[in-house]
Amino acid sequence: MEFTFSPLSEQALVIETGAIINKQSEQAVRKLSVLLEKQAPDWLIEFIPAFTTVTVFYDPCRLKQAEAEQELRLLIAQLDEAEAPPPRQIEIPVCYGGDFGPDLSFVAEHNGLTEEEVIKIHTSGVYSVHMIGFAPGFPFIGGMSEKIAAPRRKSPRLRIPERTVGIAGMQTGVYPIETPGGWQLIGRTPLRLFIPEQDIPSLLRAGDEIRFTQIDEAEYREQEAMRDAEHS
Amino acid sequence: MLSIRKSGLQTAVQDLGRTGFQRYGVIASGVMDPFAHRIANLLAGNAETSPTLEIALSGPVIEFEADHFIAICGGDLSPSLDGEPLAMWRGHFVPKGSVLSFGEPKRGARSYLAVAGSFDVPSVMNSHSTYLRAGIGGFQGRALKNGDVLKTLSVSAERMDVLKNQNAQTPDWLIPPARYHEQPIVRMMPGRQYALFNEASRTRIFEEAFTVSANSDRMGYRLEGPELALEKQEELISEAVAFGSVQVPADGNPIVLLADRQTTGGYPKIGQVASVDLPLISQLKPGESLKFRHISADDAQQLYIEQEQQIRQLKIAIQMKREEWT
Repeated sequence: MEFTFSPLSEQALVIETGAIINKQSEQAVRKLSVLLEKQAPDWLIEFIPAFTTVTVFYDPCRLKQAEAEQELRLLIAQLDEAEAPPPRQIEIPVCYGGDFGPDLSFVAEHNGLTEEEVIKIHTSGVYSVHMIGFAPGFPFIGGMSEKIAAPRRKSPRLRIPERTVGIAGMQTGVYPIETPGGWQLIGRTPLRLFIPEQDIPSLLRAGDEIRFTQIDEAEYREQEAMRDAEHS
Repeated sequence: MLSIRKSGLQTAVQDLGRTGFQRYGVIASGVMDPFAHRIANLLAGNAETSPTLEIALSGPVIEFEADHFIAICGGDLSPSLDGEPLAMWRGHFVPKGSVLSFGEPKRGARSYLAVAGSFDVPSVMNSHSTYLRAGIGGFQGRALKNGDVLKTLSVSAERMDVLKNQNAQTPDWLIPPARYHEQPIVRMMPGRQYALFNEASRTRIFEEAFTVSANSDRMGYRLEGPELALEKQEELISEAVAFGSVQVPADGNPIVLLADRQTTGGYPKIGQVASVDLPLISQLKPGESLKFRHISADDAQQLYIEQEQQIRQLKIAIQMKREEWT
Protein backbone atom coordinates (compact mmCIF):
# COMPACT_ATOMS: atom_id res chain seq x y z
CA MET A 1 0.00 0.00 0.00
CA GLU A 2 1.51 3.35 -1.05
CA PHE A 3 0.88 6.29 1.31
CA THR A 4 1.67 9.87 0.39
CA PHE A 5 3.02 12.56 2.75
CA SER A 6 2.57 16.31 2.58
CA PRO A 7 2.90 19.13 5.12
CA LEU A 8 -0.17 20.80 6.66
CA SER A 9 2.16 23.23 8.47
CA GLU A 10 5.75 23.44 9.73
CA GLN A 11 4.70 21.09 12.54
CA ALA A 12 2.20 18.73 10.97
CA LEU A 13 2.34 16.09 8.26
CA VAL A 14 -0.65 14.66 6.44
CA ILE A 15 -0.47 10.95 5.59
CA GLU A 16 -2.90 10.11 2.81
CA THR A 17 -3.89 6.45 2.77
CA GLY A 18 -5.81 6.69 -0.52
CA ALA A 19 -7.30 9.16 -2.97
CA ILE A 20 -10.89 7.99 -2.46
CA ILE A 21 -12.98 6.91 0.54
CA ASN A 22 -13.13 3.10 0.54
CA LYS A 23 -12.71 0.20 2.95
CA GLN A 24 -9.02 -0.03 2.27
CA SER A 25 -8.14 3.63 2.86
CA GLU A 26 -10.35 3.73 5.98
CA GLN A 27 -8.95 0.55 7.48
CA ALA A 28 -5.48 1.98 6.97
CA VAL A 29 -6.52 5.18 8.83
CA ARG A 30 -7.89 3.14 11.75
CA LYS A 31 -4.85 0.89 11.96
CA LEU A 32 -2.50 3.87 11.80
CA SER A 33 -4.49 5.50 14.63
CA VAL A 34 -4.19 2.33 16.74
CA LEU A 35 -0.41 2.25 16.16
CA LEU A 36 0.06 5.93 16.99
CA GLU A 37 -2.03 5.56 20.16
CA LYS A 38 -0.20 2.41 21.32
CA GLN A 39 3.34 3.50 20.54
CA ALA A 40 2.92 7.20 21.39
CA PRO A 41 6.43 8.24 20.29
CA ASP A 42 7.74 11.13 22.40
CA TRP A 43 7.96 13.57 19.47
CA LEU A 44 4.24 13.09 18.80
CA ILE A 45 2.06 16.02 19.94
CA GLU A 46 -1.21 14.53 18.70
CA PHE A 47 -2.90 13.14 15.62
CA ILE A 48 -6.19 13.69 13.82
CA PRO A 49 -7.59 10.81 11.76
CA ALA A 50 -10.05 11.68 8.98
CA PHE A 51 -11.58 9.78 6.01
CA THR A 52 -8.44 9.06 4.02
CA THR A 53 -5.85 10.94 6.04
CA VAL A 54 -4.10 10.89 9.38
CA THR A 55 -2.58 14.25 10.26
CA VAL A 56 0.32 13.95 12.66
CA PHE A 57 1.41 16.96 14.76
CA TYR A 58 5.01 16.67 15.91
CA ASP A 59 7.44 18.77 17.92
CA PRO A 60 9.18 20.94 15.31
CA CYS A 61 12.14 21.48 17.64
CA ARG A 62 12.76 17.72 17.68
CA LEU A 63 12.12 16.68 14.10
CA LYS A 64 12.56 18.16 10.65
CA GLN A 65 9.78 17.39 8.23
CA ALA A 66 11.86 14.74 6.43
CA GLU A 67 12.72 13.10 9.76
CA ALA A 68 9.08 13.04 10.82
CA GLU A 69 8.25 11.35 7.53
CA GLN A 70 10.97 8.79 8.10
CA GLU A 71 9.69 8.00 11.61
CA LEU A 72 6.16 7.61 10.28
CA ARG A 73 7.29 5.30 7.47
CA LEU A 74 8.85 3.03 10.10
CA LEU A 75 5.51 2.99 11.90
CA ILE A 76 3.62 2.22 8.70
CA ALA A 77 5.89 -0.78 8.10
CA GLN A 78 4.13 -2.40 11.11
CA LEU A 79 0.64 -1.69 9.79
CA ASP A 80 -0.17 -5.28 8.82
CA GLU A 81 0.25 -6.41 12.41
CA ALA A 82 -2.14 -3.77 13.79
CA GLU A 83 -5.86 -4.51 14.22
CA ALA A 84 -8.71 -2.01 14.02
CA PRO A 85 -11.36 -2.34 16.79
CA PRO A 86 -14.61 -4.17 15.78
CA PRO A 87 -17.67 -1.98 14.84
CA ARG A 88 -20.53 -1.27 17.33
CA GLN A 89 -24.26 -0.84 16.42
CA ILE A 90 -25.96 2.38 17.56
CA GLU A 91 -29.46 3.80 16.95
CA ILE A 92 -30.04 7.56 16.66
CA PRO A 93 -33.65 8.81 17.07
CA VAL A 94 -34.43 11.93 15.01
CA CYS A 95 -37.35 14.37 14.94
CA TYR A 96 -37.35 15.49 11.29
CA GLY A 97 -38.41 18.78 9.67
CA GLY A 98 -40.14 21.80 11.18
CA ASP A 99 -37.97 24.13 13.28
CA PHE A 100 -35.54 21.24 13.88
CA GLY A 101 -34.89 20.72 10.15
CA PRO A 102 -35.36 24.01 8.26
CA ASP A 103 -33.60 22.66 5.14
CA LEU A 104 -35.67 19.45 4.81
CA SER A 105 -37.79 21.13 2.12
CA PHE A 106 -34.67 22.23 0.21
CA VAL A 107 -33.26 18.69 0.29
CA ALA A 108 -36.63 17.36 -0.94
CA GLU A 109 -36.94 19.94 -3.71
CA HIS A 110 -33.31 19.55 -4.78
CA ASN A 111 -33.95 15.83 -5.35
CA GLY A 112 -37.52 16.02 -6.71
CA LEU A 113 -38.92 14.24 -3.63
CA THR A 114 -41.48 14.97 -0.91
CA GLU A 115 -40.24 15.61 2.64
CA GLU A 116 -41.73 12.27 3.72
CA GLU A 117 -39.74 10.48 1.02
CA VAL A 118 -36.51 12.13 2.21
CA ILE A 119 -37.23 10.93 5.78
CA LYS A 120 -38.06 7.42 4.57
CA ILE A 121 -34.80 7.20 2.65
CA HIS A 122 -32.77 8.69 5.52
CA THR A 123 -34.16 6.19 8.06
CA SER A 124 -33.87 3.13 5.82
CA GLY A 125 -30.08 3.10 5.50
CA VAL A 126 -27.40 1.40 7.58
CA TYR A 127 -24.63 3.93 7.98
CA SER A 128 -21.06 3.76 9.13
CA VAL A 129 -19.09 6.40 11.00
CA HIS A 130 -16.08 7.35 8.88
CA MET A 131 -14.51 9.81 11.24
CA ILE A 132 -15.05 12.11 14.21
CA GLY A 133 -14.08 15.72 13.63
CA PHE A 134 -15.06 19.30 12.94
CA ALA A 135 -16.79 19.60 16.35
CA PRO A 136 -16.56 17.53 19.58
CA GLY A 137 -18.05 14.10 18.92
CA PHE A 138 -19.25 15.10 15.44
CA PRO A 139 -19.56 11.97 13.25
CA PHE A 140 -19.02 12.01 9.52
CA ILE A 141 -21.40 9.28 8.45
CA GLY A 142 -21.26 7.42 5.16
CA GLY A 143 -23.73 5.15 3.44
CA MET A 144 -26.38 7.73 2.67
CA SER A 145 -28.48 7.21 -0.46
CA GLU A 146 -27.49 9.56 -3.27
CA LYS A 147 -31.23 10.17 -3.78
CA ILE A 148 -31.15 12.65 -0.86
CA ALA A 149 -27.72 14.20 -1.48
CA ALA A 150 -27.56 18.00 -1.34
CA PRO A 151 -24.73 20.53 -1.71
CA ARG A 152 -23.30 22.49 1.24
CA ARG A 153 -24.60 26.02 1.68
CA LYS A 154 -22.59 28.66 -0.19
CA SER A 155 -21.92 30.59 3.01
CA PRO A 156 -21.91 28.69 6.32
CA ARG A 157 -24.63 29.45 8.92
CA LEU A 158 -23.24 31.23 11.98
CA ARG A 159 -25.34 29.27 14.49
CA ILE A 160 -26.70 25.73 14.32
CA PRO A 161 -28.37 24.36 17.49
CA GLU A 162 -26.74 21.36 19.19
CA ARG A 163 -27.84 17.84 18.13
CA THR A 164 -29.09 18.99 14.70
CA VAL A 165 -28.96 16.38 11.90
CA GLY A 166 -27.70 17.55 8.52
CA ILE A 167 -26.70 16.60 4.99
CA ALA A 168 -23.71 17.85 2.99
CA GLY A 169 -23.08 16.33 -0.42
CA MET A 170 -23.20 12.56 0.01
CA GLN A 171 -22.67 12.81 3.77
CA THR A 172 -25.03 13.00 6.72
CA GLY A 173 -24.08 13.94 10.28
CA VAL A 174 -25.19 15.35 13.64
CA TYR A 175 -23.96 18.60 15.24
CA PRO A 176 -23.16 17.75 18.93
CA ILE A 177 -22.86 21.38 20.12
CA GLU A 178 -24.03 24.75 18.84
CA THR A 179 -21.63 25.65 16.07
CA PRO A 180 -21.42 27.43 12.72
CA GLY A 181 -21.48 25.23 9.63
CA GLY A 182 -22.49 24.80 6.01
CA TRP A 183 -24.67 21.67 6.16
CA GLN A 184 -28.34 21.42 5.12
CA LEU A 185 -30.34 20.82 8.32
CA ILE A 186 -33.07 18.14 8.30
CA GLY A 187 -33.87 17.28 11.95
CA ARG A 188 -32.73 16.95 15.57
CA THR A 189 -31.88 14.09 17.96
CA PRO A 190 -32.33 14.09 21.77
CA LEU A 191 -29.07 12.07 22.15
CA ARG A 192 -25.92 13.71 23.50
CA LEU A 193 -22.99 13.05 21.20
CA PHE A 194 -20.41 15.04 23.17
CA ILE A 195 -19.92 13.82 26.75
CA PRO A 196 -17.03 15.84 28.23
CA GLU A 197 -17.09 14.03 31.59
CA GLN A 198 -16.08 10.72 29.97
CA ASP A 199 -12.48 9.65 29.22
CA ILE A 200 -13.42 9.25 25.58
CA PRO A 201 -15.71 12.28 25.27
CA SER A 202 -17.44 11.15 22.07
CA LEU A 203 -20.54 8.88 21.95
CA LEU A 204 -19.57 7.65 18.48
CA ARG A 205 -16.27 6.33 17.12
CA ALA A 206 -14.91 5.79 13.67
CA GLY A 207 -16.11 2.38 12.48
CA ASP A 208 -19.48 2.39 14.35
CA GLU A 209 -22.64 1.27 12.49
CA ILE A 210 -25.61 3.60 12.81
CA ARG A 211 -29.36 3.59 12.07
CA PHE A 212 -31.59 6.67 12.20
CA THR A 213 -35.18 6.20 13.45
CA GLN A 214 -38.00 8.75 13.19
CA ILE A 215 -39.61 10.08 16.36
CA ASP A 216 -42.29 12.78 16.66
CA GLU A 217 -41.91 15.96 18.67
CA ALA A 218 -43.64 14.50 21.75
CA GLU A 219 -41.24 11.54 21.83
CA TYR A 220 -38.37 13.93 21.25
CA ARG A 221 -39.39 16.07 24.27
CA GLU A 222 -39.86 12.96 26.41
CA GLN A 223 -36.41 11.55 25.57
CA GLU A 224 -34.79 14.93 26.09
CA ALA A 225 -36.39 15.23 29.54
CA MET A 226 -35.31 11.70 30.46
CA ARG A 227 -31.75 12.43 29.37
CA ASP A 228 -31.61 15.66 31.37
CA ALA A 229 -32.94 13.87 34.46
CA GLU A 230 -30.13 11.30 34.17
CA HIS A 231 -27.49 13.99 34.07
CA SER A 232 -28.80 16.32 36.74
CA MET B 1 -7.67 36.38 44.75
CA LEU B 2 -9.07 38.66 42.06
CA SER B 3 -12.43 40.38 42.18
CA ILE B 4 -13.88 41.09 38.77
CA ARG B 5 -15.66 44.43 39.12
CA LYS B 6 -16.32 44.72 35.40
CA SER B 7 -15.81 41.82 33.02
CA GLY B 8 -14.89 43.73 29.86
CA LEU B 9 -15.87 42.58 26.36
CA GLN B 10 -14.52 39.02 26.61
CA THR B 11 -12.17 38.09 29.43
CA ALA B 12 -11.54 34.37 29.86
CA VAL B 13 -9.05 31.94 31.36
CA GLN B 14 -6.85 30.31 28.69
CA ASP B 15 -3.67 28.29 28.49
CA LEU B 16 -1.71 26.74 25.62
CA GLY B 17 -4.68 24.63 24.59
CA ARG B 18 -6.33 21.26 24.99
CA THR B 19 -3.88 18.87 23.36
CA GLY B 20 -4.65 15.24 22.58
CA PHE B 21 -8.43 15.32 22.21
CA GLN B 22 -8.69 16.67 18.68
CA ARG B 23 -9.13 13.11 17.44
CA TYR B 24 -12.49 13.10 19.26
CA GLY B 25 -13.35 16.38 17.60
CA VAL B 26 -12.60 18.41 20.74
CA ILE B 27 -11.11 21.70 19.64
CA ALA B 28 -7.73 22.86 20.91
CA SER B 29 -8.90 26.27 22.30
CA GLY B 30 -6.19 28.10 24.22
CA VAL B 31 -4.73 31.56 23.80
CA MET B 32 -4.89 33.46 20.52
CA ASP B 33 -1.37 34.87 21.05
CA PRO B 34 0.75 32.08 22.55
CA PHE B 35 3.92 34.22 22.51
CA ALA B 36 2.49 36.99 24.70
CA HIS B 37 0.89 34.41 27.02
CA ARG B 38 4.17 32.56 27.55
CA ILE B 39 6.21 35.71 28.18
CA ALA B 40 3.61 37.01 30.67
CA ASN B 41 3.84 33.74 32.60
CA LEU B 42 7.65 33.78 32.65
CA LEU B 43 7.73 37.35 33.93
CA ALA B 44 5.23 36.42 36.66
CA GLY B 45 7.41 33.46 37.64
CA ASN B 46 4.98 30.84 36.35
CA ALA B 47 5.38 27.89 34.01
CA GLU B 48 4.68 28.88 30.38
CA THR B 49 1.77 26.46 30.39
CA SER B 50 -0.01 28.10 33.36
CA PRO B 51 -3.40 29.67 32.67
CA THR B 52 -3.57 33.44 32.05
CA LEU B 53 -6.50 35.78 31.52
CA GLU B 54 -7.07 36.59 27.87
CA ILE B 55 -8.47 40.10 27.66
CA ALA B 56 -10.05 41.27 24.40
CA LEU B 57 -10.33 44.87 23.14
CA SER B 58 -12.29 46.42 25.99
CA GLY B 59 -10.62 45.24 29.18
CA PRO B 60 -11.99 44.42 32.64
CA VAL B 61 -11.72 46.24 35.98
CA ILE B 62 -10.07 43.93 38.51
CA GLU B 63 -9.50 44.45 42.22
CA PHE B 64 -6.68 42.49 43.86
CA GLU B 65 -7.93 41.06 47.14
CA ALA B 66 -4.39 40.22 48.32
CA ASP B 67 -0.78 41.13 47.47
CA HIS B 68 0.03 39.76 44.04
CA PHE B 69 2.79 39.79 41.46
CA ILE B 70 1.59 40.19 37.88
CA ALA B 71 2.68 40.78 34.29
CA ILE B 72 0.69 41.92 31.25
CA CYS B 73 1.84 41.16 27.70
CA GLY B 74 0.32 41.26 24.23
CA GLY B 75 -1.74 43.99 22.62
CA ASP B 76 -1.66 47.40 24.34
CA LEU B 77 -5.13 47.95 25.78
CA SER B 78 -3.90 50.83 27.97
CA PRO B 79 -3.63 49.04 31.33
CA SER B 80 -3.46 51.17 34.47
CA LEU B 81 -3.14 50.46 38.18
CA ASP B 82 -5.08 52.78 40.49
CA GLY B 83 -5.28 55.26 37.61
CA GLU B 84 -1.55 55.25 36.81
CA PRO B 85 -0.42 53.77 33.47
CA LEU B 86 1.09 50.32 33.98
CA ALA B 87 4.07 49.26 31.86
CA MET B 88 3.60 46.09 29.84
CA TRP B 89 6.15 43.30 29.22
CA ARG B 90 7.51 43.46 32.78
CA GLY B 91 6.57 42.22 36.24
CA HIS B 92 4.75 44.35 38.84
CA PHE B 93 4.09 43.92 42.53
CA VAL B 94 0.46 44.91 43.15
CA PRO B 95 -0.53 45.44 46.80
CA LYS B 96 -3.83 44.29 48.23
CA GLY B 97 -6.65 46.64 47.32
CA SER B 98 -5.16 47.96 44.09
CA VAL B 99 -7.40 48.15 41.05
CA LEU B 100 -6.34 47.21 37.53
CA SER B 101 -8.28 48.73 34.67
CA PHE B 102 -7.94 49.15 30.93
CA GLY B 103 -8.58 52.01 28.52
CA GLU B 104 -8.46 52.48 24.77
CA PRO B 105 -7.09 49.62 22.68
CA LYS B 106 -3.98 51.39 21.35
CA ARG B 107 -2.32 48.62 19.43
CA GLY B 108 -3.36 45.00 19.05
CA ALA B 109 -6.55 43.35 20.26
CA ARG B 110 -5.65 40.98 23.12
CA SER B 111 -3.72 41.30 26.38
CA TYR B 112 -2.61 38.49 28.66
CA LEU B 113 -2.62 38.90 32.44
CA ALA B 114 -0.45 36.42 34.33
CA VAL B 115 -0.58 36.31 38.13
CA ALA B 116 2.21 34.65 40.13
CA GLY B 117 1.01 31.25 41.33
CA SER B 118 -1.54 31.27 38.49
CA PHE B 119 -5.30 30.84 38.59
CA ASP B 120 -6.90 28.08 40.61
CA VAL B 121 -9.32 26.61 38.09
CA PRO B 122 -9.96 22.89 37.48
CA SER B 123 -8.29 21.11 34.61
CA VAL B 124 -10.76 19.67 32.09
CA MET B 125 -9.31 17.19 29.60
CA ASN B 126 -5.76 18.20 30.60
CA SER B 127 -6.29 21.91 30.05
CA HIS B 128 -7.40 25.08 31.84
CA SER B 129 -8.61 26.64 28.59
CA THR B 130 -12.16 27.93 28.35
CA TYR B 131 -14.02 26.23 25.52
CA LEU B 132 -16.78 28.81 25.20
CA ARG B 133 -19.04 27.03 22.68
CA ALA B 134 -19.12 23.79 24.69
CA GLY B 135 -19.22 25.59 28.06
CA ILE B 136 -16.32 23.65 29.59
CA GLY B 137 -12.90 24.46 31.07
CA GLY B 138 -11.46 27.69 32.45
CA PHE B 139 -13.67 29.52 34.97
CA GLN B 140 -17.02 27.62 34.96
CA GLY B 141 -16.75 27.07 31.20
CA ARG B 142 -17.45 30.68 30.37
CA ALA B 143 -16.03 34.18 30.02
CA LEU B 144 -15.84 36.18 33.24
CA LYS B 145 -18.85 38.20 34.47
CA ASN B 146 -19.14 41.19 36.76
CA GLY B 147 -18.80 40.07 40.36
CA ASP B 148 -16.85 36.86 39.69
CA VAL B 149 -14.07 36.00 42.13
CA LEU B 150 -11.09 34.29 40.57
CA LYS B 151 -8.91 32.36 43.02
CA THR B 152 -5.15 32.03 42.65
CA LEU B 153 -2.78 29.41 44.01
CA SER B 154 -0.81 30.81 46.93
CA VAL B 155 2.76 32.06 46.62
CA SER B 156 5.02 31.81 49.69
CA ALA B 157 6.24 35.02 51.35
CA GLU B 158 9.83 34.09 50.41
CA ARG B 159 8.89 33.61 46.79
CA MET B 160 6.99 36.91 46.73
CA ASP B 161 10.13 38.61 48.09
CA VAL B 162 12.21 37.14 45.30
CA LEU B 163 9.73 38.26 42.65
CA LYS B 164 9.50 41.76 44.13
CA ASN B 165 13.23 42.29 44.50
CA GLN B 166 14.35 40.56 41.34
CA ASN B 167 11.74 41.91 39.01
CA ALA B 168 12.09 40.92 35.39
CA GLN B 169 11.36 42.68 32.17
CA THR B 170 11.37 41.54 28.61
CA PRO B 171 14.49 42.63 26.71
CA ASP B 172 13.66 45.10 23.93
CA TRP B 173 14.73 42.67 21.21
CA LEU B 174 12.02 40.26 22.27
CA ILE B 175 9.13 42.71 22.64
CA PRO B 176 6.87 42.37 19.64
CA PRO B 177 4.50 45.37 19.95
CA ALA B 178 6.22 47.02 17.00
CA ARG B 179 4.98 44.04 15.01
CA TYR B 180 1.37 44.46 16.13
CA HIS B 181 0.83 47.18 13.58
CA GLU B 182 -2.06 47.97 11.36
CA GLN B 183 -1.15 46.20 8.17
CA PRO B 184 1.27 43.41 9.09
CA ILE B 185 3.04 41.21 6.60
CA VAL B 186 2.02 37.69 7.58
CA ARG B 187 4.19 34.88 6.29
CA MET B 188 2.19 31.98 4.87
CA MET B 189 3.01 28.58 3.37
CA PRO B 190 0.99 27.39 0.39
CA GLY B 191 -1.85 25.26 1.75
CA ARG B 192 -2.64 21.63 1.01
CA GLN B 193 -5.05 22.59 -1.82
CA TYR B 194 -3.12 25.66 -3.07
CA ALA B 195 -2.61 24.07 -6.49
CA LEU B 196 -6.39 23.62 -6.95
CA PHE B 197 -6.98 27.40 -6.99
CA ASN B 198 -7.04 29.31 -10.27
CA GLU B 199 -3.99 31.30 -11.31
CA ALA B 200 -5.47 34.68 -10.37
CA SER B 201 -6.24 33.47 -6.82
CA ARG B 202 -2.80 31.92 -6.37
CA THR B 203 -1.19 35.24 -7.30
CA ARG B 204 -3.57 37.62 -5.57
CA ILE B 205 -3.44 35.87 -2.18
CA PHE B 206 0.24 36.90 -1.92
CA GLU B 207 -0.11 40.35 -3.50
CA GLU B 208 -3.25 42.08 -2.36
CA ALA B 209 -4.39 43.31 1.04
CA PHE B 210 -7.18 41.56 2.98
CA THR B 211 -9.39 43.21 5.60
CA VAL B 212 -10.60 41.51 8.79
CA SER B 213 -14.41 41.41 8.65
CA ALA B 214 -16.63 42.26 11.62
CA ASN B 215 -17.73 38.65 11.50
CA SER B 216 -14.52 37.42 13.15
CA ASP B 217 -13.91 35.74 16.48
CA ARG B 218 -11.65 33.29 18.32
CA MET B 219 -12.72 30.55 15.94
CA GLY B 220 -11.52 32.33 12.85
CA TYR B 221 -11.04 35.63 11.11
CA ARG B 222 -13.09 36.11 7.95
CA LEU B 223 -11.13 38.18 5.48
CA GLU B 224 -12.44 40.41 2.73
CA GLY B 225 -10.41 41.13 -0.37
CA PRO B 226 -10.10 39.81 -3.90
CA GLU B 227 -12.47 36.88 -4.40
CA LEU B 228 -10.64 33.55 -4.45
CA ALA B 229 -11.83 30.57 -6.49
CA LEU B 230 -10.82 27.05 -7.41
CA GLU B 231 -9.85 26.26 -11.00
CA LYS B 232 -12.92 24.02 -11.06
CA GLN B 233 -15.53 23.70 -8.31
CA GLU B 234 -15.36 20.42 -6.39
CA GLU B 235 -16.40 18.83 -3.09
CA LEU B 236 -13.36 17.85 -1.05
CA ILE B 237 -12.83 15.06 1.46
CA SER B 238 -12.72 16.62 4.97
CA GLU B 239 -9.34 16.48 6.68
CA ALA B 240 -7.50 18.02 9.63
CA VAL B 241 -6.92 21.76 9.86
CA ALA B 242 -4.49 23.63 12.11
CA PHE B 243 -4.07 26.96 13.93
CA GLY B 244 -3.52 29.34 11.01
CA SER B 245 -5.01 27.26 8.20
CA VAL B 246 -6.50 29.60 5.59
CA GLN B 247 -9.56 27.97 4.07
CA VAL B 248 -11.79 29.33 1.33
CA PRO B 249 -15.53 28.52 1.30
CA ALA B 250 -17.44 28.74 -1.97
CA ASP B 251 -18.22 32.45 -1.42
CA GLY B 252 -14.55 33.18 -2.16
CA ASN B 253 -13.70 34.96 1.11
CA PRO B 254 -10.85 33.30 3.01
CA ILE B 255 -11.15 32.36 6.71
CA VAL B 256 -8.02 32.13 8.88
CA LEU B 257 -8.69 29.43 11.46
CA LEU B 258 -7.56 30.43 14.96
CA ALA B 259 -7.59 29.14 18.57
CA ASP B 260 -11.22 27.92 18.65
CA ARG B 261 -11.03 26.39 15.17
CA GLN B 262 -12.76 23.15 14.33
CA THR B 263 -10.50 20.08 14.18
CA THR B 264 -11.25 19.23 10.54
CA GLY B 265 -12.66 21.07 7.55
CA GLY B 266 -14.00 20.39 4.09
CA TYR B 267 -13.12 23.69 2.45
CA PRO B 268 -9.95 23.97 0.36
CA LYS B 269 -6.96 25.45 2.18
CA ILE B 270 -5.08 28.02 0.12
CA GLY B 271 -2.49 28.65 2.81
CA GLN B 272 -1.09 27.99 6.26
CA VAL B 273 0.20 30.88 8.37
CA ALA B 274 3.70 30.37 9.81
CA SER B 275 3.33 29.70 13.56
CA VAL B 276 5.60 32.60 14.57
CA ASP B 277 3.33 35.05 12.72
CA LEU B 278 0.02 33.83 14.22
CA PRO B 279 0.06 36.61 16.88
CA LEU B 280 0.14 39.18 14.07
CA ILE B 281 -3.29 37.97 12.96
CA SER B 282 -4.71 37.35 16.44
CA GLN B 283 -3.84 40.91 17.42
CA LEU B 284 -5.75 42.48 14.48
CA LYS B 285 -9.06 44.22 15.11
CA PRO B 286 -12.01 44.01 12.73
CA GLY B 287 -11.54 46.56 9.96
CA GLU B 288 -7.75 46.29 10.01
CA SER B 289 -5.93 44.68 7.13
CA LEU B 290 -2.97 42.41 6.40
CA LYS B 291 -0.89 41.11 3.54
CA PHE B 292 0.41 37.57 3.09
CA ARG B 293 3.95 36.79 2.01
CA HIS B 294 5.13 33.39 0.82
CA ILE B 295 7.36 31.25 3.05
CA SER B 296 8.43 27.60 2.76
CA ALA B 297 7.60 25.04 5.48
CA ASP B 298 11.34 24.57 6.16
CA ASP B 299 11.89 28.31 6.67
CA ALA B 300 8.78 28.56 8.85
CA GLN B 301 10.13 25.72 10.98
CA GLN B 302 13.51 27.44 11.25
CA LEU B 303 11.81 30.65 12.46
CA TYR B 304 9.85 28.61 14.99
CA ILE B 305 13.02 27.00 16.34
CA GLU B 306 14.74 30.40 16.61
CA GLN B 307 11.80 31.85 18.51
CA GLU B 308 11.80 28.87 20.88
CA GLN B 309 15.50 29.51 21.54
CA GLN B 310 14.81 33.18 22.28
CA ILE B 311 12.05 32.31 24.72
CA ARG B 312 14.29 29.74 26.38
CA GLN B 313 17.04 32.37 26.74
CA LEU B 314 14.64 34.74 28.45
CA LYS B 315 13.40 31.94 30.69
CA ILE B 316 16.94 31.02 31.77
CA ALA B 317 17.91 34.67 32.29
CA ILE B 318 14.88 35.25 34.55
CA GLN B 319 15.43 32.03 36.48
CA MET B 320 19.14 32.76 37.05
CA LYS B 321 18.42 36.26 38.27
CA ARG B 322 15.85 34.99 40.74
CA GLU B 323 17.85 31.96 41.87
CA GLU B 324 21.01 33.99 42.45
CA TRP B 325 19.12 36.26 44.74
CA THR B 326 17.76 33.52 46.98
